[in-house]
Amino acid sequence: MNSSSEIQNHKLSSELDLDLDFEFDQPCGKLRLRDLLDISPTLTEASGAIIDDSFTRCFKSNPPEPWNWNVYLFPLWCLGVVIRYLFLFPARVLILTFGWIIFLSSYIPVHFLLKGHDKLRKKFERYLVELICSFFVASWTGVVKYHGPRPSRRPKQVFVANHTSMIDFIVLEQMTAFAVIMQKHPGWVGLLQSTILESVGCIWFNRTEVKDREILTKKLRDHVQGTENNPLLIFPEGTCVNNNYTVMFKKGGAFELDCTVCPIAIKYNKIFVDAFWNSRKQSFTKHLLRLMTSWAVVCDVWYLEPQNIKPGETAIEFAERVRDIISVRAGLKKVPWDGLLKYTRPSPKHRELKQQRFSESILRRLEEK
Amino acid sequence: MGNTSSMLTQYDIEEVQEHCNHTFSQQEIVSLYQRFCQLDRNGGGFISAEEFLSVPEFAVNPLSQRLLRMLDGLNFKEFVAFLSAFSSRATLQQKVEFIFKVYDSDGNGKVTFSDMLEVLRDLSGQFISEQQREQVLIHVLEEAGYTKNSLLGLSDFMKILGNTGLKMEVEVPVD
Repeated sequence: MNSSSEIQNHKLSSELDLDLDFEFDQPCGKLRLRDLLDISPTLTEASGAIIDDSFTRCFKSNPPEPWNWNVYLFPLWCLGVVIRYLFLFPARVLILTFGWIIFLSSYIPVHFLLKGHDKLRKKFERYLVELICSFFVASWTGVVKYHGPRPSRRPKQVFVANHTSMIDFIVLEQMTAFAVIMQKHPGWVGLLQSTILESVGCIWFNRTEVKDREILTKKLRDHVQGTENNPLLIFPEGTCVNNNYTVMFKKGGAFELDCTVCPIAIKYNKIFVDAFWNSRKQSFTKHLLRLMTSWAVVCDVWYLEPQNIKPGETAIEFAERVRDIISVRAGLKKVPWDGLLKYTRPSPKHRELKQQRFSESILRRLEEK
Repeated sequence: MGNTSSMLTQYDIEEVQEHCNHTFSQQEIVSLYQRFCQLDRNGGGFISAEEFLSVPEFAVNPLSQRLLRMLDGLNFKEFVAFLSAFSSRATLQQKVEFIFKVYDSDGNGKVTFSDMLEVLRDLSGQFISEQQREQVLIHVLEEAGYTKNSLLGLSDFMKILGNTGLKMEVEVPVD
């Protein structure tokens, strides 16, 4: 049934990142009044969305079930709180402070004294950034299990990972000093970004600036070509998701650079703490404090097999294939939504596709006798 | 029923159940309340149009604007009553009534040619010309024994849609 309108339909929907219609039997037969008046499928879709939708589920953090509800468990829980807040937390703050002292006292001299010897300086700075990240991880009693071959420093490759919180970056940076592309944040995080992260090579972007994209793509391309640069890490979801789902990977950025894409999957163990950073609900500081007053942050990191774009594959299909690989490895469910929809409305193209399908069905049935 | 409290009492649940003619079970009402609170981000006691449109699946629906007019300012009890047509326990009569209300935007109990044309416009967008739309509508109306000037009431809708095996059900996820 490959009429030209079918082909046009397919083109439109593959450009649109997603194909939302649930499959219902294409109605056929002569068009009657009841067919026009029966809007029940559209209404059902709308109420289905009102009652439960896959997009909102991606950003829901489930509050942990209280288990301290009887005479025996409650004192245990209280003891746990005491240990966590009065012993673990101060100890962790000390470790972190200690780490910062070591870091700053090494980084500042290295940065200024070795000004002339760039290669050596960069090597030291990389090592120091990895060190401070290890201290951060230790400050939450992070137990990270790395699987797979460690990232190598080669040009023409880019690393992509699913995104749950800013700590993803720290967990990965502990092992390898990546260069990263980030949204500039306010406050002390922004300060860190503009000083220390500059040394590993960071590329800034502004989510709301669309013109930014071309400049950004060029910067990325240049970075990936350079042999001296740190390997580039990108979070193609563009936003933090609750580690149960993955949202659409943006094709622009990682998948249009003519280079190898190395997927990394990160899965946090929720028993210990929910590592999802709900940036709408809490600041990063509060998020860190929550991590520092919980028992541990336990996660698995899988470095997966590098992927290249297949001949005839579009960038979107490539991105989806890589998302598949990561989702399967980390046990995440895929959802056909763009993470940016947290901040914007869906493009009218999606509604237009539905309208087009409806119109074609009506006109076709009109012809039937 | 407190607007800002996130706990429903047994009285509240029973009141809501009464209001929706027992189309939802008590567990479903609790689930719906959680969903209502989740969507009502600013805690105003009702879900604003902005908050509905932040659900992408709803925003891309061709009838979203029409539905928003019906959903505007509903508190939780009315919200459940609105959704009751989509329960598996709802009767065919209730479902047809809901569809009728979607068409009858001025609520006077009569659906006119322009009402039907408007809905058709929402569903087909720019892909059918206005002229063609009118033609199609007149054609099927006349075939069913009506004219362009006919005013359709609820009983007409029951007659037209009553025995088509209307499938209009949404399951409320219950933990």
